[in-house]
Amino acid sequence: VSTSTDDARTDGGAPPTHGRRPVDDRGDTVCVIGAGAAGLTAVKNLKEHGFAVDCFERETAVGGAWNWRHDRSPVYASTYLISSRPFTEYPDFPMPDSWPDYPHHSQLLSYFERYADHFDLRQHIWFGTEVVRVEPADGERWDVTTRSTGGYGAERTRRYAAVVAANGHNWAPKVPAYEGIDEFRGTIIHASAYKDPAQLRRRRVLVVGAGNTGCDIAVEAAQQAAACWHSTRRGYWYAPKYVLGRPTDQVNDAALALRLPLRLRQWLFHRLLRLTVGDLTRYGLPKPDHKLYETHPIANSQLVYYVGHGAITPVPDVARFGHHRVELVNGTEVQPDLVVLATGYLPRFEFLAPEILGTDPNGRPTLYLNAFPPGHPTLAVVGLFQPDSGVFGIMHWQTVAVARWLRLRRAAPEAAAAFAREVQAGAGRRWNRATVKESTRHWFEVGHIDYLRGVERTVRSFDRGLAAALGNGA
Amino acid sequence: MSAQVRIMRTRDWTRPVPPVTREVLSVPPVTDEGRPPVLFVPGFGHGAWVFAEHWLGRVAERGFPAYAMSLRGHGASGAGTDATLRAYVHDVVQVAAALPRQAVLVGHGAGSLVVARAMARYPARAGVLVAPVLGGWTTLATALIRNPLGTLPALVGGPLRLSRRQLFSRELPVALARSYVRRLGAASATAQWQLLAHRPPEPPVGNPPVLVLGSPEDRVVPSDALARTARRYAGGAPLLFPGMGHDLMLDARWAEPIEAIVDWLAKLPR
Repeated sequence: VSTSTDDARTDGGAPPTHGRRPVDDRGDTVCVIGAGAAGLTAVKNLKEHGFAVDCFERETAVGGAWNWRHDRSPVYASTYLISSRPFTEYPDFPMPDSWPDYPHHSQLLSYFERYADHFDLRQHIWFGTEVVRVEPADGERWDVTTRSTGGYGAERTRRYAAVVAANGHNWAPKVPAYEGIDEFRGTIIHASAYKDPAQLRRRRVLVVGAGNTGCDIAVEAAQQAAACWHSTRRGYWYAPKYVLGRPTDQVNDAALALRLPLRLRQWLFHRLLRLTVGDLTRYGLPKPDHKLYETHPIANSQLVYYVGHGAITPVPDVARFGHHRVELVNGTEVQPDLVVLATGYLPRFEFLAPEILGTDPNGRPTLYLNAFPPGHPTLAVVGLFQPDSGVFGIMHWQTVAVARWLRLRRAAPEAAAAFAREVQAGAGRRWNRATVKESTRHWFEVGHIDYLRGVERTVRSFDRGLAAALGNGA
Repeated sequence: MSAQVRIMRTRDWTRPVPPVTREVLSVPPVTDEGRPPVLFVPGFGHGAWVFAEHWLGRVAERGFPAYAMSLRGHGASGAGTDATLRAYVHDVVQVAAALPRQAVLVGHGAGSLVVARAMARYPARAGVLVAPVLGGWTTLATALIRNPLGTLPALVGGPLRLSRRQLFSRELPVALARSYVRRLGAASATAQWQLLAHRPPEPPVGNPPVLVLGSPEDRVVPSDALARTARRYAGGAPLLFPGMGHDLMLDARWAEPIEAIVDWLAKLPR
């Protein structure tokens, strides 16, 4: 296939260079960064749409965050899915139906390994290779500089027709700047360093943060530690993993399928939680300060149960640390000897200049559909979202959209202009009908229904554009 | 204009098909040259055994890992009393995704409809539709004319009974043909109805090449229906094997169609 990017190349016969470095021109090949859940499906779907693919993975195996052997993996021994199987799996490679509703992280790793083997993806992956820089080159192409993980070996630069960044967003710990944190004599770890409940045994543990990880660790501390305090900034909804005898997300989406309006759904689920979980303030937990669906829900059946048994003491936000104590915002203090900061992660794209993704000082990129940066049609980010549902299916459809976009651009550049305008106009749009809480944790949340409908519309418009272009004999 | 891609699959998300044990028969290739596995999906009433008789062995001899499965409620698979077409499709996709490599799906009879729908869920390496019964009212009309006694009970929720004359040519010894017919079961009543009235399959994912073949003397699939299916799925004419009955894999000259299928598979780009 002859492409417009070929024509735009300006090398004029001389071997291409970037500055003084020689560049290995990979022609129409697409570069994928990362071989985790997002990178693997990017490689598979690009390949399926006829693209040659080079994928760079800093670790020596697939699975990214879900491979517990990896340095940057945040999983701990008891990590289970928080969305049920049908919402989580790749839609064209279902998990075995003999698996439980909520599989364990070790099953997830075997799933990714089988996915890689089934679709023969490993031949496209350069393991143990990290991407150092991604820089724009002539003709909307990209120069990707890599080296061996750990900084050994010489750097190498290759030129690609497009780049898909699937480098994950759960590996750079976010640690809030607490006053007096250096004076504290106990142990402070980030949740990323929490691997096994043995770390909690007979300790007096303060868990900070009410994300799904914070709640999981608090529940483990309730069973293992000498004492457990759970510090949260505000009140949350704790959705049980099962309601009415079925996985909660399946019940929730059945209500969505009826196309009930948001307010009615919120009311229904408030009633349902009231009946199943009950009044949280009775347990000493703060009243939720927001409506359901306004933040990524916490799926945890056990937290409230252990609070009810006195094994978890809910406490408010941390004010400052002292020598052997932690002061809380309500003036009281607790005396833990282990503090686990389950305060989340920050997305990082060190290999890209911030202006390329329109990244603001808080590290928040400006993208359309959480994937397409305005002004850079041959660059896409995959997996940068936090849904109220499973993630791998959404990643699959994101990469289908990226592959069809690149295919449309190649086959019918004039039809692609309309989408470029849409990217320009719609960048930064939120894909959630409910008002999302402002927080670094919540900005890239998406409602899976709103988001997938957006992707569906986009993919269909690409297909129509391609059909029209081919019909015109282009 | 083909149907549009469908991302919102609320039913699959909220009402997953219940799990079941599935019979999968396999024959490893004589020499493993990295060929894709070939998964045979039998039609209504048939079990995996129909392919184990001749075809699996021949496919394996020619270097392809060969598999045959039974849909729920058929053969040695678990019960599927009120199985829907969606449950059958689920069974095929589950078995295909459990194979070590991207698989070729081969459907026979109504199994072709199941395969056509499975190809919209699983990116098959290739698809082969053998004597495809894609349903609709002409299927019913043909069956009523050819075999009124076996077909009428199906209209009131009973099992569809296929006769020896529909399935096999006169070349197959009568005793053998009778023994094959005795081994046939039946699909669920729901699935039988869905065969007549169902939404057309969504477009296949991953753009797989498709081969359609059948017999002009097939007493279940009329020639024009076969030609229509070939135009729609393969973009051309069907491969024809004159003188054979509907069950090409069991009939006397079973070797010809399977050799043609493997020849076609061998030509796929590696």
